[in-house]
Amino acid sequence: MSEESGLIYRISGPVVTAVGISPRMYEVVRVGDEGLMGEVIELHGDQSVIQVYEETSGIKPGEPVVRTGQTLSVKLGPGLLTQIYDGIQRPLEDLEATMGVFITRGVDADGLDLLKKWEFNATVSVGDEVSGGSVIGIVQETETVEHRVMVPPGNSGKIASIESGEFNITTTVCTLDDGTEIAMMQEWPVRTPRPFVQKYAPDVPLVTGQRILDFLFPLAKGGTAGIPGPFGSGKTVTQQQLAKWSDAQIVVYIGCGERGNEMTEVLSEFPHLIDPNTGKPLMNRTTMIANTSNMPVAAREASVYTGITIAEYFRDMGYDVALMADSTSRWAEAMREISSRLEEMPGEEGYPAYLSSRLAEFYERAGRVQTLAGDDGSVSVIGAVSPPGGDISEPVSQGTLRIVKVFWGLDAGLARQRHFPAINWLSSYSLYPQALDQWYRDNIASDYPEVRTKISSLLQVEAELQEIVQLVGSDALPIDQQLTLEVARMIREFFLQQNAFHDVDTFSSLNLQYTMAKAILTFQEESEKAIAGGAGLEDVVNVPARTDLMRGRFEQGYSERIGELLGEMSKQIAGTMEEN
Amino acid sequence: MSGKEYRTITDVKGPLVFLEKTEPVAFGEIVQLRLSDGSMKNGQVLDTSDDRVIVQVFEGTASVDKQTGVKFLGDVFRLPVSKGLIGRILDGAGKPRDGGPEIVAEEMADIIGAAINPYSRESPEQFIQTGISAIDACTTLVRGQKLPIFSASGLPHNDIALQIARQAKLVDSDDDFVVVFCAMGITAEEYNFFVHDLERTGALENAALFVNLADDPAVERLITPRLALTAAEYLAFEHDYHVLVIYTDMTNYCESLRQIGAAREEVPGRRGYPGYMYTDLAMLYERAGIVKGKKGSITQFPILTMPGDDITHPIPDLSGYITEGQIVISRELHQKGIYPPINVLPSLSRLMNAGIGEGKTREDHKSVSDQLYAAYAQGRELRGLVAIVGEDALNERDLQLLKFSDIFENQFLRQSRDEDRSITEGTLDLAWSLLTNIDTKYLVRLDQKWIDKYHPTERKS
Repeated sequence: MSEESGLIYRISGPVVTAVGISPRMYEVVRVGDEGLMGEVIELHGDQSVIQVYEETSGIKPGEPVVRTGQTLSVKLGPGLLTQIYDGIQRPLEDLEATMGVFITRGVDADGLDLLKKWEFNATVSVGDEVSGGSVIGIVQETETVEHRVMVPPGNSGKIASIESGEFNITTTVCTLDDGTEIAMMQEWPVRTPRPFVQKYAPDVPLVTGQRILDFLFPLAKGGTAGIPGPFGSGKTVTQQQLAKWSDAQIVVYIGCGERGNEMTEVLSEFPHLIDPNTGKPLMNRTTMIANTSNMPVAAREASVYTGITIAEYFRDMGYDVALMADSTSRWAEAMREISSRLEEMPGEEGYPAYLSSRLAEFYERAGRVQTLAGDDGSVSVIGAVSPPGGDISEPVSQGTLRIVKVFWGLDAGLARQRHFPAINWLSSYSLYPQALDQWYRDNIASDYPEVRTKISSLLQVEAELQEIVQLVGSDALPIDQQLTLEVARMIREFFLQQNAFHDVDTFSSLNLQYTMAKAILTFQEESEKAIAGGAGLEDVVNVPARTDLMRGRFEQGYSERIGELLGEMSKQIAGTMEEN
Repeated sequence: MSGKEYRTITDVKGPLVFLEKTEPVAFGEIVQLRLSDGSMKNGQVLDTSDDRVIVQVFEGTASVDKQTGVKFLGDVFRLPVSKGLIGRILDGAGKPRDGGPEIVAEEMADIIGAAINPYSRESPEQFIQTGISAIDACTTLVRGQKLPIFSASGLPHNDIALQIARQAKLVDSDDDFVVVFCAMGITAEEYNFFVHDLERTGALENAALFVNLADDPAVERLITPRLALTAAEYLAFEHDYHVLVIYTDMTNYCESLRQIGAAREEVPGRRGYPGYMYTDLAMLYERAGIVKGKKGSITQFPILTMPGDDITHPIPDLSGYITEGQIVISRELHQKGIYPPINVLPSLSRLMNAGIGEGKTREDHKSVSDQLYAAYAQGRELRGLVAIVGEDALNERDLQLLKFSDIFENQFLRQSRDEDRSITEGTLDLAWSLLTNIDTKYLVRLDQKWIDKYHPTERKS
């Protein structure tokens, strides 16, 4: 028997042990008579341990295992966008065409359509000096996204020939003087980060249109965020909101070990949603990876790597990419499951000891970078975490919190009160405001950071006052503190709560967010004045214009009207003094 | 396929049998064991290698000895499926339990079931009216959803499940549901209760039952729900039925899973449950849904009892992450004598928004439901406050909310076991009439246009 193929020795769930081959770590092998795809994850004496990306029942010891010589890679090129893949980049649409609505096994499908012709327009000419990452031409991949075809990293030289026209993605469109042939498609191993020149400090916010996120706990382009929360607290809705409204040019959405119906929802919704930045369907900038909870667990383990490699590829073109992983806990569980089959010594709660280093490696692939071509590009990573029992002292949450710079803590109590997004404003944090403040001052308003500080300190004061109210009731508080409670209630109900399912309220621009926050502070100031002038608390709180101001956010054109509504409220509050 | 019979058992441990010196045996293959007294047991291969094969025996390993003959059947576990399953009662391994003939198979279906391609799913969005206000208004069920009942010992979850099975219907269609009922480790008494009720209402003719009782082998419980779901898939996707799968009690299922894990000396996850329990549960729950190009659907109602009423216990916790919401039964409400004692606050239907509103239930449904929640949540919170400071310390708004929470429990939640409320007149109009107990200026979750249209006293028409 040649070195290239061996035999199955043992099968235990998704883990298969082979003898008679000596592959490299992380090499892809074909397992069994059906040639199921697997990846070598451990070498042990003359045994190779393989995780198999498909169901293994019915496979017997003695069936063949064949080396491919390649590591697990993704195909990168035009055609990635609008696709929905499983964890190992098989397009689910193609799988449906070949095996029907149920996913059976043993079917290969290329990540990209190798036959489809794309219009390639060269942007360099013969004799130009290029190197890895240089853009040599463009393809209009979707209405809104221009796909920049790059020289694969590691190559350089002078262009010997280049041709524009309609080609499929494997046709050579360009050759270098050393004979290197370049096509529109390149491949990249998923477990290796793609190279870049250097990382920058993030100083531009990733605008999401979600008030509590943007205003209180902002994420920077190239930053990392974790969203832990118990079930039913709105992780997925928040992730989907981010996928919809983030001002990234490319979105990669990984549904990792979650519900099938969720992906269906995204699939049916995104093509009809309009990107506020381009006016075109959101699907045009989106790639999805769906490895649902009942699909093979090894492919779930691979899915986050497949996703982030695609994200890095678009980053290298100079785009801002946002990647959502829902949920990293399911990824960690996949690691645990494989690890337990390998009979590795477990760390905390049965997770492998390398859990936190894997998490760190993954989040470290985020960042705003100078690309090989010299442009700016970024990958922002937002990972949902599903802590058992909602208790974030568990290993995945803790491993995540040690790395990410933004923590959006979802709260079951808020969800129960139907306060959405159910992000706890007291426990959440972001480490980016300092880096971003200059940007806000330059682009939104010079006092933006101060307004934010006032709003968050009001919420803090409210929390302290609430403790007293719990004991003695709110009537026992002095009137100025009662007003503070009213202002804080206004922050919560008018500003922090945001209805993801409402056409208008679902997205607020930074300018509107700032104006709304200012409006709350105006209410506070005017009310203080009025109360000092003899008005009662009930009077100022119940002025009809305040209700109009608050309800107005559900109506079209609110940004234009809010100034007028605010003026009316101030007038009415001032009026309460005269009545008394 | 007839294979060799091996007598090479080396170890027997709990439900597991270890063999050596076999010819290559496939992973997941079905195994037949012939005991020395001639009786037969069934099992499945859990781990296979050239040197050693591990078999999990469904009926337990009592009386298995080293002389026991072991035969590998060369196939994975299959259930004979046909339309004839409807109206039948089978045991936990798929054999007739009602004294009737064997099922004549139209097809032999692999019970593990393949994952539905997410691309091929269709979004569930058809409202199912259960006639129970708490569910219809606040945790609306839609066709193709998996919505578990989180209960605890001593609570009337079975009554609620049966009431749903009896009353569930689509408002704008005559399609009836076929019920697939799956019992895992429940007592004979509970089982009789289910069967009698289904008989009494004539629903039994429209149901297929898979029954593993408390004194049946624990390991068999691991296949019982797979049989039930395989039957459900066949009926839904080959014969266009709308299937309602009720399974009880998931807690017993998970206990069996833990038992196998322990016998295999696996590294345990939380509270001794195996680390793959999430994936394992997902392989059951995810078999709900609607797929493109098929008329039928599978809606699941798993029932689980939370050990120690603890919703953070791994069983409800992992379930809650997979299922599309949960209906939580409250001991407190039960003790107040309220049936159905559904605590709407921690209950949730993730697919609700897709199934309600104009053309489905009624345009004001979302607003009304949000308002009920908000008012009831605040009212309940105030109960705690009143216990400390007394009602005198409350302002007008708080007093109204406090009173509303009692009214909500006694008039909205409470209904009789055979009361089938329609969504419009029965549930939403009732909600509006109860909301009149709160001054409209405090009803901030209600759009003005719905107040103008539906509020019994403020209506403008």
